[in-house]
Amino acid sequence: MRAALLLLAGLALVAPPVPAQIDGPRSGADFLTPDTRTLQDDDFLNPGLFAVEEGRALWNRVEGAAGQACASCHAEADMRGVAARHPVFDPATGGLVDLAGRVNAMRREHMGAPELPRESQAMLALTAFLGFQSRGMPMAVEIDGPARPFFEAGREDWFRRRGQLNLSCAQCHDDLAGRRLRGDTISQGQVNGMPFYRLMWRTMASRHRMFEWCETSLRAEPRAAGSAEYLALELYVAWRGRGLPVETPAVRR
Amino acid sequence: MRPLPAVAALLLLAGTAGAAGPSMDRPLTDRPGDPARGRAVVRDLSKATCLICHAMPIPEEPDHGDLGPPLAGVGARLGSGEIRQRIVDPTTANPATVMPAYFRTEGLDRVGAAFRGRTIYTAQEVEDVVAYLATLTGE
Ligand code: HEC
Ligand code: HEC
Repeated sequence: MRAALLLLAGLALVAPPVPAQIDGPRSGADFLTPDTRTLQDDDFLNPGLFAVEEGRALWNRVEGAAGQACASCHAEADMRGVAARHPVFDPATGGLVDLAGRVNAMRREHMGAPELPRESQAMLALTAFLGFQSRGMPMAVEIDGPARPFFEAGREDWFRRRGQLNLSCAQCHDDLAGRRLRGDTISQGQVNGMPFYRLMWRTMASRHRMFEWCETSLRAEPRAAGSAEYLALELYVAWRGRGLPVETPAVRR
Repeated sequence: MRPLPAVAALLLLAGTAGAAGPSMDRPLTDRPGDPARGRAVVRDLSKATCLICHAMPIPEEPDHGDLGPPLAGVGARLGSGEIRQRIVDPTTANPATVMPAYFRTEGLDRVGAAFRGRTIYTAQEVEDVVAYLATLTGE
């Protein structure tokens, strides 16, 4: 696999700029430098494991007026597969809900605890802990039934150009995966490793923060994390990466 | 004898359809471009540096992208008009291009508030960059 990538990179140096298309979904981990890859693969080195441990402590901690912890109602083992199938359609709100939205719904409705801001350390820790329970399981979101219109909206968004640089997600992550954008190798923009630890930011980060980062880089007005637009985009991107193993917590440059 | 209109149109086409497509022969400013300033402009991170996508003969810069063709020798391959048209709006040559338009504000969607209604380069910066690329005649 790595040999194929090297070959591609070599070809790119001599060949004209034709799309270096790569068949099938490939995890962002396949595009990392060997150093970063080692950080992700070694649980003793992976900085995201601290967040998972912190998340486990929060899972067990009683919070809020109802005197409950997550663990009061759920067994840890029941969380297996949950991250692999989110975001899902939520009949209660008539929209999509992702892991962070789920956590806040539980806190609001069952714990009487305040909602956690999306990029707070506690939320990233809890969602990293949840993701970790699905580690190695194939991503498998539901796109039929009531989820369908959201999926279609997300797909349309993926292909739409935006920002002063006038690029779509697809132009970089479908057509140019494997090519070099200055110091970065462009991956397929998959979300199977999130929340993940980003070395550049020295912190855990969510799927939506990454969407924001790419949009801001395109000099587009980013949507808000947790917005209906990003949830729809997340559903499409998760479906696009169907079958990829959940790798939370991934490590990236 | 004056050429027939159809022949004139053909000649015009031949003149504009070079390797990089259409040509914009009229400079955007009266002041001629300055290659030294252009070399600084193309490296400027705040102006969507060309190095994101192109290798350029600027050895002091560490990371060069490879999404577009290397620009060494571009001054020998293309005329200044073709280079200018490419920078002003590359979609005139290739509607599906990933290269941004550096001197265009219309037809863009959801541009960030800080950039709305503004071009990436000023007219003078376009001219400086055209002048710089025109000097890149060696490999
Ligand atoms: C100009 C090119 C470009 C465009 C357009 C772009 N991105 Fe990215 N994206 C990058 C780069 C560079 C990275 C960091 C390296 C990597 O993982 O690809 C990245 C990373 C990502 C990642 C993290 C992948 C991982 O495994 O860590 C996601 C998710 C992502 N992008 C989604 C999107 C979405 C959604 C859009 C559209 C709103 C988008 N990108 C538009 C260049 C782009
Ligand atoms: C996001 C990517 C990207 C950026 C940024 C970019 N380009 Fe390009 N450029 C390309 C691609 C890709 C091509 C190949 C033709 C095409 O697809 O339009 C190209 C082609 C060209 C060509 C034609 C080369 C030839 O030999 O025909 C010139 C000249 C050029 N670019 C100059 C520039 C300059 C100058 C800048 C900065 C002011 C710049 N480019 C920024 C992607 C980019």
